[in-house]
Amino acid sequence: MSLVEAMLLTVITASTPLLIAAIGELVVERSGVLNLGVEGMMVMGAACGFAAAIASGSTAVGIVAGIAAGMAMALAFGVMTLVFAANQVASGLALTILGLGLSGLIGAGFVGLRRDPMPKLDLGGLTDIPFLGPVVFGQDAFVYASFALAGGVAWFLWRTRAGLKLRAIGENQASAHALGHPVIRTRFLAVLFGGGCAGLSGAYLSLAYTPFWVTGMTAGRGWIALALVVFSSWLPFRAVVGAYLFGAVSILQLYAQGAGVDVPSQLMSALPYLATIAVLVAISGARARGRAPGSLGIPFVPDR
Amino acid sequence: MTTFDRRTVLKGAGLGLGGLALAGVPGFAQAAEKLKIGFVYVGPVGDFGWTYQHEVARQALQKAMDAEVETSYVENVPEGPDAERVIEGLVRAGNKLIFTTSFGFMEATVKVAKKYPDVKFEHCTGYKRADNLATYSGRFYEGRYICGQIAAKVSKSGVVGYIASFPIPEVVSGINAFMLGAQSVNPDMKVKIIWVNTWFDPGKEADAAKALLDQGADVIAQHTDSPAAMQVAAERGAHAFGQDSDMIKFGPKTQLSAIVNDWSGYYIERAKAVIAGTWTSTDTWGGLDSGLVVMAPYTNMPDDVKAMATATQKTIHDGSYKVFTGPVVKQDGTIAAKAGEVLPDGEILGMNWYIKGVDESLPK
Repeated sequence: MSLVEAMLLTVITASTPLLIAAIGELVVERSGVLNLGVEGMMVMGAACGFAAAIASGSTAVGIVAGIAAGMAMALAFGVMTLVFAANQVASGLALTILGLGLSGLIGAGFVGLRRDPMPKLDLGGLTDIPFLGPVVFGQDAFVYASFALAGGVAWFLWRTRAGLKLRAIGENQASAHALGHPVIRTRFLAVLFGGGCAGLSGAYLSLAYTPFWVTGMTAGRGWIALALVVFSSWLPFRAVVGAYLFGAVSILQLYAQGAGVDVPSQLMSALPYLATIAVLVAISGARARGRAPGSLGIPFVPDR
Repeated sequence: MTTFDRRTVLKGAGLGLGGLALAGVPGFAQAAEKLKIGFVYVGPVGDFGWTYQHEVARQALQKAMDAEVETSYVENVPEGPDAERVIEGLVRAGNKLIFTTSFGFMEATVKVAKKYPDVKFEHCTGYKRADNLATYSGRFYEGRYICGQIAAKVSKSGVVGYIASFPIPEVVSGINAFMLGAQSVNPDMKVKIIWVNTWFDPGKEADAAKALLDQGADVIAQHTDSPAAMQVAAERGAHAFGQDSDMIKFGPKTQLSAIVNDWSGYYIERAKAVIAGTWTSTDTWGGLDSGLVVMAPYTNMPDDVKAMATATQKTIHDGSYKVFTGPVVKQDGTIAAKAGEVLPDGEILGMNWYIKGVDESLPK
C-alpha cells in the first residue's frame, strides 16, 4: 500500500466523526436553534455506544445505543429551550458539561476494555483495485453513512416541502408561525436529529476509530464540528469540504512530522485551524450564498 | 405559586444553611480523628494512564490505612488559575495533606502552601519547594533506557516511532534515554518523533501511530496517556510499549513492556510520616530502585531479549548502572558527559537537547 493511499485512509477516518456531527448540527441550526451541546452529546454517544456494544457483544446494538444516548440528551435540550424557552447558549453549554460528566460515570466500568474495530466493507474484487479500491470500497458503514447523511440532508432541505418549511422557520420564526407552520414541533424534531447525529459520531469514535472507552475521548471534536457548521455557511456540501479539509491537514501534519519536516510542531498542530480560517476568508469574499438562518438562537414563545 | 422575591430567597437560604450546619456537626466530630488527605488530578480517573495510576495508588493508600486516613480527590482540574481554587477548597474541607499530581499545578500549589503553613503539600513532577511543600517524581527515563534496548533488538526496520506530547525536559530526557538504550544494542538505530501537543487525545494518538507505522517504524513508544497507539500497533502487527499503566489488554501480542507508575508505596510512606509527625519537605526522585517506576512483565519477545532486559533492570535497580552515564554526546557534537561520568540530575531536569543519533530538530 503506497504512502498516499495510507494517508488518504487515515484522513477519511479522522474526518468522518466531524462530518456526521456537523451535518446534524447544520439541520438544527437551519431550524433556528443553536445547540452548543454537541460535545456532550457526542461523548455520551461514545460512552453508551461502547457500553452497549460490550454488554451485548454486538456493534449494531452499540450504534443504536449511541444514537439513542445522543437523542436523549437532545430531548433534554429540546425541553429546556423549546418548551421552557430557556437561553439556548446556556442550555447547550450546561448539556456539554453534563454529558462529559455523565459519560464518565456510565463509562467508569468499561475503562480498560477493548473491542475489535467495526468491520470494513470487503467487496472482494472491487476492494482490491490498487489505490481506489480500499479508499472507495473498503470503508466501514459509518463513512458511507456520513456521505449518505450529507446528501440526504441536502436533498431534504432543498428538494422537499418539509425541508423548505424547516428553513423558513429558521429564517423567520414569527412569519412561519403566522402562516401556521408548527415551529416548536419542527425544531424539536430537528434537535432530536442533531442529537442523534452527534451520538452516532461519538459511537464512531468508540466503536471504529479507537475501539475503547476512556473519559473525555472526544477531545474537543464536538466544538470543531460546531465551528465547521459556521465554516460551511450552513450548506451541506461545504460541510463535507470543511470536515475533510480539517481532517486532511490534521493528518498531513502528523505525516510531515514523521517524515522529519523541520517546522515547529506547535505550528503544525495549529495548521488545521489556520487552514480552515484561510479557506473561510477566501470563500467569504465570493458571492455569499449562505448566511446564518435569520432566527438562529432566538427562543420562540408564541404568545409573548 | 410562590413569588421569586427577596424574602423567599432569604428564607430558602436560611433553611438551607441551617440544614447544612446540622448535617455538618457529626462530620466535624469524626474528622478530628482521621487524617484527611486530598488529591488533585489533572485528568480523568478513567484515562487508563497518568491519573488512573495516581487513583490506583490512592485507593491502595486508603485500603492500607483505612482506620487512620480519609482520602478524597478532585479530577479534571485544569492547570491554571482554577487549580488554586480547587486546592484551597480541599484545604478548607479539612485536608491536612494534599497531593497535586501535575507539573502545571506548581504555581497554584506554591501560593496555597504559603497561605496555609500548617497543611502539608506534595507536588508531583515539580521543582519548587517550601517548608510545607515537598516534591516527588519518578525516574521514568530509567524505564525508557530498557525499552530502547528491547526496541533495538526486536525492530526489523531499525526505526522506532515515538509519539511525544510536549517538548518539555521530561519528555526530551525520555527520548534521549530511549535512544541511548537503543544505541547500546544497535548504534544505527533511528527514531521518528511526532509531537501531538497533547497529553491525551486517543484519536490523534491513533493517527500519529498510523503515520509512524506507514513511514517505516515497526516499534512504537509513546509519552501520551491513552492506549490508542497500542491498539493501532496491535492491528498492524507491530510492537509497542505501554505508558503509565500496563496496556497488555490492548495488545496481548503487541506490548513488549510498559513503564508503570506505582505511587502507592510513596503515598503510604508520606501519610505515615504526617501522622507520626516526622514529615519534612523533601525532594523524592525515585526510579526502579525505589519501586516508583515499575516495568510491566516482558512479553512478546525472544527469551534472550527478555534476559537482557531483566539484567539491565537489575543493574539499574541495585545502582551499579546509572542511565545517562557517559559518553553522552549532544546532537551538535559537544560532549555532555565523558565516558564513565554520570549526567547530574540538574542536567536531566533541564534537558533541552537531543543526543547524537536523533536526526530531528527539537521544537523550541
